[in-house]
Amino acid sequence: MFTTLKRVIQAGWTAFYRNAGLTLATIFIMAMVIFLITMLFLFNSVSNILISNIQKKVDISVYFKEDILSEDILTAKSEIAKIPEVKDIEYIPKEQALEKFIEKHRDEPVLMESLTEVGKNPFLASLNIKAWQASQYEQVTNFLENSSFNNLIEKVDYYQRKSVIDKVFSITSGINKAGIFSGLVLGIIAVLIAFNTIRIAIYNSSAEISTMRLVGASNWFIRGPFLIQGIIAGFLATLIVLLITFGLCYGLDPRLSIIAPEISSFGLFISNFWTLVLIQLAAGIGLGSISSLIAIRKYLKV
Amino acid sequence: MLSINNVTKIYPSHSDSIPIVALDNVSFEINKKEFVSIVGKSGAGKTTLLRLILAEEKPTKGQIFFEDQDIQGIKKSQLPILRRRIGTVFQDYKLFPSKTTYGNIAYIMEIMGATDNEITRDVPQVLELVGLTARAHNFPEELSGGERQRAAIARALIHRPEIILADEPTGNLDPYHSFDVIQLLTKIYKLGTTVVLATHDKKLINSLGKRVITLDNGKKIKDEERGRFIL
Repeated sequence: MFTTLKRVIQAGWTAFYRNAGLTLATIFIMAMVIFLITMLFLFNSVSNILISNIQKKVDISVYFKEDILSEDILTAKSEIAKIPEVKDIEYIPKEQALEKFIEKHRDEPVLMESLTEVGKNPFLASLNIKAWQASQYEQVTNFLENSSFNNLIEKVDYYQRKSVIDKVFSITSGINKAGIFSGLVLGIIAVLIAFNTIRIAIYNSSAEISTMRLVGASNWFIRGPFLIQGIIAGFLATLIVLLITFGLCYGLDPRLSIIAPEISSFGLFISNFWTLVLIQLAAGIGLGSISSLIAIRKYLKV
Repeated sequence: MLSINNVTKIYPSHSDSIPIVALDNVSFEINKKEFVSIVGKSGAGKTTLLRLILAEEKPTKGQIFFEDQDIQGIKKSQLPILRRRIGTVFQDYKLFPSKTTYGNIAYIMEIMGATDNEITRDVPQVLELVGLTARAHNFPEELSGGERQRAAIARALIHRPEIILADEPTGNLDPYHSFDVIQLLTKIYKLGTTVVLATHDKKLINSLGKRVITLDNGKKIKDEERGRFIL
């Protein structure tokens, strides 16, 4: 058993370096497939970060009437917090709203003067609500409208921000759908190209495979070396792509941080390193070995 | 040892509706340690017969027994075991182009599960027997036609099979190399291996003085001890 395994590995390795031309072509195609899968994975991670950053900036505010007591607002807050769609809720009393305004606009004398002219705190106490997803704000607003404390509410600014929220929602779900669809299409094309390259490589040996059968070699003794070649090609392709990805993520990091400071491509590479290695190895070795097994099947019928 | 019982092989024709009858109700027996030549013109059914014995194809009718085993009844996974008991010399050599002469011969021992020591002991002996010691590390494309055929014979006999099937082994060779190959097969036969030689080489058969089965248009028309090629 051990001798056979040793021979199969040896034969696979010998065939691998003797067919250098075809082997290089196979590695090149497989590397492209793995690179594509890696890029899809990284693009997905980046788009998730971007989507969650955009979604973080979306919220709605519920303003309460002038004379409502803070106890009543806090009761409403705990009611709203119970809705599963609500991710976070913050109470902003009138004083805090004023402080925030002053802090934000202290360098704008016109606004500051207007505030002094008003003579009193013009701001209303409010609850700032964040949902898990942009699509859930409508449900939160419906809840508010039908709640027992609806009469305490002066206004909900959902309707003013609705178009922005809807846009964010449609963009994010659009990006997700487009990502999944293009990923699938590109993935299928890439796998087919890689499979075809391996098929051509094996077709080159079809007469040899049939002879092996005729002289009494078992199927696994024939398949083994091709499987080993596929695995070696997959492994090398993975290694190449890993190095390219490292270089790209490292090189792009400073440029990317100018456009989107919250994204670090190198950080993304490091934090997902093992997942990437696993995905790339699974894609490379899986593609190499499964393609070899399928392609060789028809020549083993003798 | 080998029993061919009323074997018929019909190939469906793709060009017209008339099927091709390659073998028509052929029967004969081959005993252990026999040298049998199967002769006939091209298209007589010689190669088809050898392909059926090797279970490369199934007969349309009839049965082929190797010892007591019905060849057509063997499961696909068990075919390698049958084929390891048979040594085959193909007309087009069928040597592995990516392996050296040594590698081609050693491959058979590898699939038999021989140890490295056994391989390094036996392969040089067989190479010497076929006169290819100096060509051990050459690839098939670097060998002449005669050398390739001798390498193919060495590959067929390295694992001491019970029977050697040689399909037109001299088909691509000049008379000098043809004689060389037949001498080699006779030598193997004298060492105790059954040899089945399919050929259309009249001169060679007539010089052998061994059993000859003659096929014509898929039918067995003659089976003679010490026969001659007469058609």
